[in-house]
Amino acid sequence: MNSVWKTGVTQEIAVVAVALSLFVGFSLFLSGFFSASNLVGLVRNISVLGVLGVGMGIVIIGRGIDLSVISTLAISAAFFIELLNFGLPIWIGVLVAIGFVLLIGSMNGILVAYAEIPPIFATLAVGLFVYGFGRSQIVGQDVAYIPDELIPLLDLGTMKFLGIPVEVYIFAVVCLVATIFLRYTKYGLFTYFMGDNFAAARNIGVAVRPLLVLQYILSAAFAAVAGAIVAGTLLSINTRIVNSTLLYDVILIVVLGGIGLNGGKGGVRNVVFGALLIGILVNGMTILDLEDTHQNLIKALILLTVVTADTIINQRDEQTEKQGDI
Amino acid sequence: MKFYEKFLILVAVMTAFATTPVAFAQEDPGPELARSALEGKRVVLMPMAMGFDLAQGWNYYIGKEVKSWNGVFETRDPNWSVEAGAQALTDVIASKPAVIIVHNPDLRSYVKLFKRAIKAGIYVIQIDNRSAFNTDAFIGSNWETLGELEATAALDHCGDGTSGKIGLIQGEQVNASSIDQYNGIMNIVNANDHIQVVSKPYSGWDATKAQAVTTTMLQQHPDLCAIIDFWDGTATGTAAAIRAAGKTGEIALITTGGGEEVDCKMLNEGTIDALVSTEIPKQSAAVNAVIKMLLQSGLPAGTMTTFNYTHEVITTKDDIYPGYCWSLERNAANMDW
Repeated sequence: MNSVWKTGVTQEIAVVAVALSLFVGFSLFLSGFFSASNLVGLVRNISVLGVLGVGMGIVIIGRGIDLSVISTLAISAAFFIELLNFGLPIWIGVLVAIGFVLLIGSMNGILVAYAEIPPIFATLAVGLFVYGFGRSQIVGQDVAYIPDELIPLLDLGTMKFLGIPVEVYIFAVVCLVATIFLRYTKYGLFTYFMGDNFAAARNIGVAVRPLLVLQYILSAAFAAVAGAIVAGTLLSINTRIVNSTLLYDVILIVVLGGIGLNGGKGGVRNVVFGALLIGILVNGMTILDLEDTHQNLIKALILLTVVTADTIINQRDEQTEKQGDI
Repeated sequence: MKFYEKFLILVAVMTAFATTPVAFAQEDPGPELARSALEGKRVVLMPMAMGFDLAQGWNYYIGKEVKSWNGVFETRDPNWSVEAGAQALTDVIASKPAVIIVHNPDLRSYVKLFKRAIKAGIYVIQIDNRSAFNTDAFIGSNWETLGELEATAALDHCGDGTSGKIGLIQGEQVNASSIDQYNGIMNIVNANDHIQVVSKPYSGWDATKAQAVTTTMLQQHPDLCAIIDFWDGTATGTAAAIRAAGKTGEIALITTGGGEEVDCKMLNEGTIDALVSTEIPKQSAAVNAVIKMLLQSGLPAGTMTTFNYTHEVITTKDDIYPGYCWSLERNAANMDW
């Protein structure tokens, strides 16, 4: 139990150190960075990434991975909007979308837990299926627009509470829910056990298969929440987001934050730190007006630095090496 | 002249008129030449993806015309993947169609395949996005001119009493339409001392990223007078950021798109303030003319090069009327060919 909270700390410290030094550096030398409204905007900008990261984090802690999250994000939001365009009331749309998300999560979970297909392949296939099914059967065009009459109700982008955009609150609630799940429920604890040593977890009586399904359902649900944020701010959803680098960015912040791909360590805090580091970096580089190839280069260098630092500090040996390392 | 003489002349003239059209028709070889050159010829369209407004527009307007002269019309859908596109193009070349119409993802990816197609005797038409290699025809926007038009539209919103500051939401650094648009905008900006570009981040053609970078840009420069977004697809994100900052109407948003009804809707609602439309129906008509010309020319593929730039204008809310924009929905309802 003790080891659960101990491991992953060093990389976390490295990330926090880099993030803090960037933050201090930008605040000192970049005019306009250190202002309340810019910092709020910064957090708002990472809300989608952060929400996706929390879901991905839970799955990775259980030593899985979910490559279907972006398809789930795009198609669940597009499905919901198409139902509204069809004239159905919002509550029916919400119910159908929830059912759809449960279905995708269960599909992932059942393929991994019961058919014992490696998660990287199972979720890749499900992601492709969801996108293909959605684009061919549900949404005719790549963009689905929220109907005009519902815009005042669903316009998240202009909703604020105490001057802070509602997306920030959604991100906070998602973090809270995931923290409660991981730290205060036995299922969360079992998730760490499974990630740390799958066979041992099963031997002590953890119902590993249903729990795997639950993890993938949570991941799909958080992906749908992220989809709702995107659709609610853009008043439309472009399913082409599936072809963007968003999936890699999500894995990046999770791994960068210190949730190792071999599972069993880290928590919501790590996702938040990973997302903040990327958020600060991108915000600063946007203010500096760097070209996008340079931005990618700098992002890659920072990722390499953090990962290399971790490998040097936590050298792998027979004791720390685990079966199933990617 | 007696009446019956007049009558006889009239009859004679009328007979002559009644018979001559037949004679003229027999002498006009045009329709038969066109028919024999065109009938049964296969035309393949490969856009960057099928499921977006431009591709659907080309599919409709070009496909309809090809079917009208009894040609065979096919499409390929690489779904934004350059690799899938290269694979599809390789297969298409092997099947030897008469004409290939390609929408380039970037300047270089398909250049070798174009050369191979031309060697195989296939006419290659590039549409909307140019590549670094000139084939039989390029049809689409002169993106530099288009950028100049966008910047000119921005000038209207950045006159005296404004900051003169403009923000750009660029697409990608490797994409011709993005690079050329930037150059066009800078031509106008450099020629006008009272305006300047203060920020020019990239969206990667992703609306969510456009929203994020615009949010940051507006923090830095709340006094912008205009933002030029390089594509209407990302302008939804840019507009969302402007709306969230409460600056709709204060900061003009100028963009470019295919002139589909969504564009007219955005103009009407004030989401965007000016549009330079690439006018898909007009662009498709040019493609149709060039296909017919190439197929009747008898020239081997790759002999000539023509650049057919669409004439474009700045469109604002005041210019549009019902039916001004073309409609995907109307087209879909008319897909009876």
